[in-house]
Amino acid sequence: MLDYIRSNRREVIAAIVLLVLLSLYLGTHPRGASTYVLTIWANQCLILGLAAIAQFFAVVVRGIDLSVGAVMALTNTLASHLLDGSAIGIGFGIVAVLAAGAACGLVNGLVVVYGRIQPIVVTLATASIFIGVALMLRPTPGGAINYDLADAVTLDVFGVPTALVLSGLLIFAFWIPFRRTGLGLGLYALGSSEQAAFQSGMDTRLIRIAAFTLAGLFGGVAGLYYSFVTTTGDAGIAANFTLNSIAAVVLGGVLLRGGVGSLVGAMAGAFILKTIASLMFFSGIPSLAQPLFEGLILAAAIAVGGADVLRARNRLEVFGR
Amino acid sequence: MNQHDVPLLQMRDISMHFGATKALEDVDFACRSHEIHAVLGENGAGKSTLMKLIAGVLQPTGGRIILDDTDVKLATPRTAQDLGLVCMFQELSLVPDLTVRENLLLGAPGSGLGWLRSEALAKAQDVLTRIDGGHIKMSTRVSDLSLPSRQQVEIAKALMRAPRLLILDEATSALNASVVAKVFDLIRAERDQGTSVLFISHRFHEIEALADRISVFRNGSRVATFDQGAHSYDEIINMMVGQKIGELFPPKPPVSATGKEVLKVENFSWEGRFADVSLSVREGQIVGLGGLDGQGQGAFLMGLFGLLRRAEGRISVSGKPVSYSSPKAAKQPDIALAFIPEDRKTEGLIQEQSILENLQLAALGLKDLDASDPELYTSTLDRLELKHGGLELPVSSLSGGNQQKVVLAKWLAIKPRCLLLADPTRGIDVKTKTQIYQMLRRLADEGTAILLLSTDYEELIQLCDETHIFYAGRLAASMSGDNMTAQNIIAASLNVTEERKVVHA
Amino acid sequence: MNRAITPDSLMPYIGTALLIIAGSFFFPQILTFDYLTQQLQIAAFLGLLATGATIVILLGHIDLSVPWVLTGAAILSTALVGSGDPLLTALAVPAALAFGALIGIVNGIGVAVLRIPSMVWTLAINSILLGLAVLNTGGFNPKGEASPLMVSMASGRVLGLPMSFLIWMAVCAVITLFLTRTPFGRYLRSIGYNEKATFLSGVSTPSVVFAAFALAGMCSAMGGVLLAGYANQAYQSMGDPFLLPTIAAVVIGGTSILGGRGGLFGTVGGALFITLLTSILSVMQIGDAWKSIVFGVIILAMLLFQTMRKGAHA
Repeated sequence: MLDYIRSNRREVIAAIVLLVLLSLYLGTHPRGASTYVLTIWANQCLILGLAAIAQFFAVVVRGIDLSVGAVMALTNTLASHLLDGSAIGIGFGIVAVLAAGAACGLVNGLVVVYGRIQPIVVTLATASIFIGVALMLRPTPGGAINYDLADAVTLDVFGVPTALVLSGLLIFAFWIPFRRTGLGLGLYALGSSEQAAFQSGMDTRLIRIAAFTLAGLFGGVAGLYYSFVTTTGDAGIAANFTLNSIAAVVLGGVLLRGGVGSLVGAMAGAFILKTIASLMFFSGIPSLAQPLFEGLILAAAIAVGGADVLRARNRLEVFGR
Repeated sequence: MNQHDVPLLQMRDISMHFGATKALEDVDFACRSHEIHAVLGENGAGKSTLMKLIAGVLQPTGGRIILDDTDVKLATPRTAQDLGLVCMFQELSLVPDLTVRENLLLGAPGSGLGWLRSEALAKAQDVLTRIDGGHIKMSTRVSDLSLPSRQQVEIAKALMRAPRLLILDEATSALNASVVAKVFDLIRAERDQGTSVLFISHRFHEIEALADRISVFRNGSRVATFDQGAHSYDEIINMMVGQKIGELFPPKPPVSATGKEVLKVENFSWEGRFADVSLSVREGQIVGLGGLDGQGQGAFLMGLFGLLRRAEGRISVSGKPVSYSSPKAAKQPDIALAFIPEDRKTEGLIQEQSILENLQLAALGLKDLDASDPELYTSTLDRLELKHGGLELPVSSLSGGNQQKVVLAKWLAIKPRCLLLADPTRGIDVKTKTQIYQMLRRLADEGTAILLLSTDYEELIQLCDETHIFYAGRLAASMSGDNMTAQNIIAASLNVTEERKVVHA
Repeated sequence: MNRAITPDSLMPYIGTALLIIAGSFFFPQILTFDYLTQQLQIAAFLGLLATGATIVILLGHIDLSVPWVLTGAAILSTALVGSGDPLLTALAVPAALAFGALIGIVNGIGVAVLRIPSMVWTLAINSILLGLAVLNTGGFNPKGEASPLMVSMASGRVLGLPMSFLIWMAVCAVITLFLTRTPFGRYLRSIGYNEKATFLSGVSTPSVVFAAFALAGMCSAMGGVLLAGYANQAYQSMGDPFLLPTIAAVVIGGTSILGGRGGLFGTVGGALFITLLTSILSVMQIGDAWKSIVFGVIILAMLLFQTMRKGAHA
């Protein structure tokens, strides 16, 4: 157990911070820990959590994905066309939305690997394309999502917010098994030491493409879930989610240099970020000062992570790997 | 035994060029099954390149690789491993952020990107136990392991892939003797089952203990291949170096105790990595620092260059006490220290920039020096006979030896009073070594004090006027003159001296 | 040492020329002096931001605080002018520049001292500035106005050429001088390639990082002052649409996002190209959706062309 904590120190810290913030939030909320309060909180958290997962898959292979928000916008607007009507239609719609997300990611991956261009630049350009497509699908916010389905995934199951159930499923039914596959291992190996991964016989190109495809897929899941929560399509959501997804993974202990962190950490980071925002709302801080406090807390959280460096006694150590 | 004479792997007319550098040129090489084949040569002779070709990490610029009488193309390490060619790399191929278990499973036979199969782990665990690595926990992150443990894991990782040809590139350099013996038993057992083993090591006694056959490489060519025992130690050394050791080094001037003290260090300590180190370097002296790897001598040199925060002790330059805490302060004219770092590729040079830009980087911004004046560099470059196709070419187009000449010229441009060098001849061809030795001696004669960290005993003995040996962060012995012998240095490195032979020059 | 003009950095100029030629077939008014000088005027806003971004990217970092440094400088300068006090009005531009430099140094401290990845740290600084602006203005468009000086800087003309363009060129000239004639420029690129080796060569790398971020902050602030002069006011989020085009302008100008390689010459071309592309797409009256798609495809195509050209050489 101690070993586990030591080697997953970052996730553990993120989880503790999250718990403290959450209890503060529920303590200050006028309606306390009611299902209603928790459900709204969890829905907001899960949207950003999914975006952070998308970002995580790019970051873990030493990349960055500036198109996370754009993929969300694209899939959200697509969903606002497809997710109403017959059950079969909706079923196909969901598949199409997720496939669209994965396809966006695949394009990113292919250009990064075969075009040999830095991910940050590639996704900067593709983000513009994806947003264009989203604008074509929904020039102005609108559309509709099947209410029954939306309710089913955004309310609660026996008092537990569905969003939390889905988060749990994601971790236990997807992440933990995924971590035990060659691909799950390969992502980390690639991000930690591409040379070592290559010499161990891994197909580094394929893994990198897979990582970006997964990023796209989860961008799609995030867009889909956003659709269920808001029940409309909006092409203008991209910028905010991209930047917040980066902040979330960093808060969750995922290192931008690649190879360190986990899906759980990325989610925790997103939950922390959203909880701070919600906390702010009920904390009595004047509403005009809230964005400033959010910014200060974000900067402080990041700076604490950087404080390690001040202890380095060998000046060469800070240059890192 | 006839079947054993059929080569498992043959390489014909293999060449490997990196830009202007010819790492291998028209090499023929073969190894048989049931054979441990040692590959010898100096750093830079082409051994590691040869191994990387067999492991599929590099593709040759020319020539054929033949496995069991069939031409093969080893496009990736995966291809090579699927054919049974497994390499344990000198630069460890373990992923630092993953656990031991995950590293062993990474690219393990039979598991692609899908579900990981852990059957092979049993074999790895068995290997680990047999080489005293039973204490290594499967759940430990590799970055938390010591270097010897990492090598043990690396050995287990290679053997669990059931190799037909196993390459061990400096596989045991960090292991202690009793573990090495166990590793050797294991390798012999593999050989007896038909595996062919390629073994690279710098330790002669290891080669004597293990090798059936020996190939010697020099400057990118195979010089000779013979059975173990066919040649004496001295003959093999001559084959490797191409000339006699005595001819490598410039003659030492007579001992003189009159030179002024340029650098004086008293009670220098830092973070327990080294403590209470006192020494001095006089004008005209080359002072050596030796010892096993990681005994504090490297950190000591970094400390002298202002790289360590909160280092304690007194440093005087030319009789004046000085205090400085950054390389920038250390290179200013009133102190004028220069430091040639250990890793010229990533620390000494900026590979993407031109030779000229690299030459100018140290002198740039110093008062009273015009970095754009070519005169600052030409004399050093001429003396060292830098071979280049134009100073505006990227420094990465130069071979390792020529790159080191650029590093030297870059620092000599600031006219240092004292030159600190961290193993400057590691991985460099013999000719360049000789040139660097002559250069250092000449600088010493001209009044520059030189402090040379070296892992090569011959350098300490033949080049230095005085040598200090580090052990566990302290000076274990200081010797000069006739006291500087290989036996004394080795004994001091292992800290087995009965009486400390401190000889003041 | 004249490596300022590389094939990569010429690409956006060729692209700009092609855009003008192709565009003029459909819209002859593109070839008029008025249209082209108006493009130069508008390109100066993006260009100033991209000039600052080039410095930071050469260093191997990125500055995501551009939008709110720009907005903050605009709010600060218009507020000073809005006070009506002649002294404060005169101080509007210098104060905005000082603000940019200050934020730049804060960015530099996080990056060079705390060693936080610049992408995250400048993002956090950006959100703090946003918070400050909201707190300060109450979330409404800030009061205040541009001074005559700011208006003439943004919209005035000298010898028929837009003043803003001349300011941009002057800033470029000064910074180019810095980059090519002083050790600072050399240190900047060296750090971009290999910070450790540069430090070991006896360079105080943190001071170079501070200076670079401060310069970049001043460029962003200058962009904010000009934009405020152009619109005669400051408004919330006025900087947000500029972030990605700024990075795009630098990158298609041939500057490597990894640092070290590139220069201002290409960035100027990149800013011209992107401004013209946006403008022609507007002239063609195609919708925002297609604008965005064409924009992305063209940038991607230029990047792919750059790497393919290199691949052919290697």
